[in-house]
Amino acid sequence: MAHITASVYTSHVPAIGAALDLGKTNEAYWEPVFKGYEPSKQWLKEHKPDVIFLVFNDHATAFSLDMIPTFAIGTAAEFNPADEGWGPRPVPKVIGHPKLAAHIAQSVIQDDFDLTIVNKMDVDHGLTVPLSVMCGQPQAWPCPVIPFAVNVVQYPVPSGRRCFMLGQAIRRAIESYEEPLNVQIWGTGGMSHQLQGPRAGLINKEFDQMFLDRLIDDPDGLSKVPHIDYVREAGSEGIELVMWLIARGAMSDINGGKKPTVRHRFYHVPASNTAVGHLILENN
Amino acid sequence: MSLDKPYKDVPGTTIFDADMSRLGYHLNQFCMSLMKAENRARFKANERAYLDEWPMSEEQKQAVLARDLNRCIALGGNIYFLAKIGATDGKSFQQMAGSMTGMSEEAYRDMMVKGGRSVEGNRYIEEKK
Repeated sequence: MAHITASVYTSHVPAIGAALDLGKTNEAYWEPVFKGYEPSKQWLKEHKPDVIFLVFNDHATAFSLDMIPTFAIGTAAEFNPADEGWGPRPVPKVIGHPKLAAHIAQSVIQDDFDLTIVNKMDVDHGLTVPLSVMCGQPQAWPCPVIPFAVNVVQYPVPSGRRCFMLGQAIRRAIESYEEPLNVQIWGTGGMSHQLQGPRAGLINKEFDQMFLDRLIDDPDGLSKVPHIDYVREAGSEGIELVMWLIARGAMSDINGGKKPTVRHRFYHVPASNTAVGHLILENN
Repeated sequence: MSLDKPYKDVPGTTIFDADMSRLGYHLNQFCMSLMKAENRARFKANERAYLDEWPMSEEQKQAVLARDLNRCIALGGNIYFLAKIGATDGKSFQQMAGSMTGMSEEAYRDMMVKGGRSVEGNRYIEEKK
C-alpha cells in the first residue's frame, strides 16, 4: 500500500523564485534564504519520494473570478508553469500522477470532502517556488507531483479545522492505494505577510514561531484558531497558513501513530514582503 | 440574520469577501485580461479605450488610470488581480505593496529589511486613533 513518509512546509514567495531564476542567490539579501534550504535539498535527495502531493494556492492565475473552487485536485498528466504577467518561470514542466490523483479524489469525496477535479491547469509560483527551494534548478523535477489548490484568495476561505480534517481524509485515501508508493505531502504559503492597503508589510515573528511550535506539538489545538486571528496577527495574506494544516493532518500521529521527527526548521525575515518559514517532519 | 464579518475592525485592511468580489468582478476580470501579451499591448497603447471595453464603473476606471491601488481595493479590486496591472507596468510586488502604505519605495524596503511592520498598535482600528 502507498504511505506518507514525510511532510514539508514552506512559504512560496514569488520573489524567491525570481531570485533563483535571475541568478541572485549569492546576493547578501537572498543568501540567508537559500542557505536555510540547503539541508532540505540534501534531505530530499536522500529521501526522494515517488510522488509529492503539493498543497498550494493559485494567485489569480489558473482561476480568475470565473470559477473559485475551495479545494481543487489536479488529475492531469502534466501541468505547465504559468505566465503570471512576467512570462513563465524557466522551470521544468510538472508531471502529474493521474492514477493516484483520481484514486484520492474518489476516496476523499466519498469521505465527505467535495473536491473540484481539474484536468487542465497551469501552475503558478505557489506550486513551482516550493519545488525550486527544495530541488534547486534541475532539468526535471525529481518525481510526479499532484497539485492540490486551495482557495485562500476570496473569503471565506476554508477554516483551519476543515483543512486539518481534510488532511486526515487525504491520508486515508493514500493509504488505501494499492501500489506501494512513498508519498510526501507538502503544505505551502505564509508565513506572516500582508500585501494590501496601508498595513502592507506586516510581519509578526512571535505569531510565526508560535505557529511553527504548535504545528509540531499541538496541531489539533492550532487547527481551532479562527480566521480572524490569522488576519489580525499574521496579515491578510497570512491566512495562507491554513494550508499547512492539510499536510499536518495527513501525518500518522494524528491517527494514533508516533510523533513525527523534526528534521529541519528554518525562519527568516524578509523575502520581499513576507516572512519565510520552513519545516520538515518525518513520520515514525 | 446578518453574516459574521469580524474582520471589519482591522486597520488598513480590506478583506476580499464575496461582497467585495461582487463589486469588483469586472475590475478584476479586466486585470485578468492583462495576463495575455496582446491585451497588455492594447492597454498600454490606449488605456482609456481599453478600459471602456469593460463594464466597470467610472470610479473604477479612474482608480486604474491613477494607479491608486488603495482606491481599486475599496472598489472591489483584489491585490492578486491588481498585480497584473503592476506586471504590465514592470513593477515588482514589493513596489506595488509599498505604494499603498504612503511610504517611499526605499523607506518601505528598509522597513521590510528591518523586520517589517510591527503588529503592535496595528491590530484594531481603535488603536490607530
